[in-house]
Amino acid sequence: MHMADALVAPAVAGTMYLCSAAAAGYSIKKVKLENDAKKIPVMGVMGAFVFAAQMINFTIPGTGSSGHLCGGMLLSAILGPYAGFLSMIGVLVIQCLLFADGGLLALGCNIWNMAFYGCFIGALLIWRNMMKGGMSRRKIVAASVLGCVATLQLGAFSVTLETLLSGVTLLPFGAFLSFMQPIHLAIGLVEGLITAAVLLFVYEARPELLWGGEEKEEKKQAKLTFEKTLAALAVVTVLVGGALSLAASSFPDGLEWSVEKLTGSTQLEAADGIYDAAASIQERTALLPDYGFKSEETPAGTSFSGIVGGLAVVALCVGCCYLFKFFRRKPTHE
Amino acid sequence: MSKIDAALRELTLLEEGAEEEKYINKVHPLSKLLVTVLYILLVVSFDKYDLAGLLGMVLYPLILFIVFDISFAKCVRRTAVILPLLLFVGMWNPFFDRTPLLLWGTIPVSGGMLSFVTLLVKGIFTILAGYLLIATTSIGKLCAALRMLHVPQVLVTVILFIYRYISLLLKEADCMTRAYALRAPGQKGVHFKAWGSLAGRLLLRSMDRAGEVYESMCLRGFDGSRGRGAFFAGVNAGKFTGKDFLWLLLFGGGLTVLRIYPVFEMAGRFVIK
Repeated sequence: MHMADALVAPAVAGTMYLCSAAAAGYSIKKVKLENDAKKIPVMGVMGAFVFAAQMINFTIPGTGSSGHLCGGMLLSAILGPYAGFLSMIGVLVIQCLLFADGGLLALGCNIWNMAFYGCFIGALLIWRNMMKGGMSRRKIVAASVLGCVATLQLGAFSVTLETLLSGVTLLPFGAFLSFMQPIHLAIGLVEGLITAAVLLFVYEARPELLWGGEEKEEKKQAKLTFEKTLAALAVVTVLVGGALSLAASSFPDGLEWSVEKLTGSTQLEAADGIYDAAASIQERTALLPDYGFKSEETPAGTSFSGIVGGLAVVALCVGCCYLFKFFRRKPTHE
Repeated sequence: MSKIDAALRELTLLEEGAEEEKYINKVHPLSKLLVTVLYILLVVSFDKYDLAGLLGMVLYPLILFIVFDISFAKCVRRTAVILPLLLFVGMWNPFFDRTPLLLWGTIPVSGGMLSFVTLLVKGIFTILAGYLLIATTSIGKLCAALRMLHVPQVLVTVILFIYRYISLLLKEADCMTRAYALRAPGQKGVHFKAWGSLAGRLLLRSMDRAGEVYESMCLRGFDGSRGRGAFFAGVNAGKFTGKDFLWLLLFGGGLTVLRIYPVFEMAGRFVIK
């Protein structure tokens, strides 16, 4: 589910960086409040564990394929959601830099899609609420599977939304979703089962390592119960996914609506010096004004000049580089 | 080669590359990081049909690969990581956008085809830029640069810890899976009955190791409050000199010019005239 840089527009990437930075800032504050000096090395080593464990192929019975464990959910079940979130950021940064798994610009999106949902929805909302009355094998399996499925479904939905908002694909929203969601439902189920198996082993061997089992009293103060939260989320989802998307498809967007109210048209007419200057710069620099080529040029002519120019510049550049290297080379003395 | 072996090999190669004595390796990591981010930003900012303008951005990786003798072959495998998702996302464009936008000889090229190729080229260019950064800069130096950009100490320390222990835990995982494979010949992957015990055992060993790491750090004076990467050798970005500023200015300016002017098209017109 790692998004590459090419899939995101700068505005989407920037927005997601801001969202992820806000979640990271809050998590850092929470981790600092714990004031546990041991926490940082444990977070680092556990991050490395997730990285190593994700390299192990777990065979899925009855199929020829294999699955991997769900990092965000597992880390949060051991470290808690805040420390787990920070560790997941570390894992994603390393994956992006060293293994090109996800892009540098898309890091904000990847943190949100994989770490945020895994740690804040999977662990904070699902795992913690399900472990309220104490842990049991059944609860661990249910929370792991439910958490991983929810995490991956939300992550896949976000990938779809971010890609479409970036304008890199013409695939309709519904079609894109129908590709992404079922695949990630299956992946979520398998990842949930693998994560459950690992957490069950830890529960049997060292139950004190698991997070969220002993927090009973403070939950009583919570105003929203788990069921109410789920119901509220479901209502919001139906509203946003059904009603609002219909409105979005048939009406102008907010800016166009505001402009229409003010001027009677969705397009602004302007004619002054600055506007003309800006338009002239845009005219000169835009290769494809309004998604078409410049009017004087024939398409064939443009593509031909582009190819010839490209080859000439590359040849010139390569020549210069080798010339530079030739002169830079120091004479060696035997 | 197993996935773990491949990952360990990749780590070793990158570490060796970052330790080389080339000029680019000595450039301040902050300069390289900022130029890389700017390059990626500019590449993705091109319009989906602006293939001609986008191709001009090839000059940055091309110059660095040739001038500093950086192996291009090692980078090729990395592009394979991102291609499947890019192909999946982009391959629908030719079906939904059939408007002919240009002629390739006598063959009309649709807008969808153009946007599909643009997407792939963007993906490859951004991967090349990322590789050039990490092949010439160690993680320690990058983390020091992140600290200069005021990325919180906790986050940077966690990244450094993860990096330090990745190779150790990968070797541990490799030993365990190899031992398992020897006792389960002909079996692909780990059987579902051993899912919990195999990864769970690795987890417990990792927790034990974390405890040992913490104790050894305490013996060297770590109390959780000190920072600035004092406990990691090589985590020092060095001094930001005039040469580093020049690098930033030169490449930053050059890339901005490449973004504004369609260099290839202009050169083509000049050659044809």
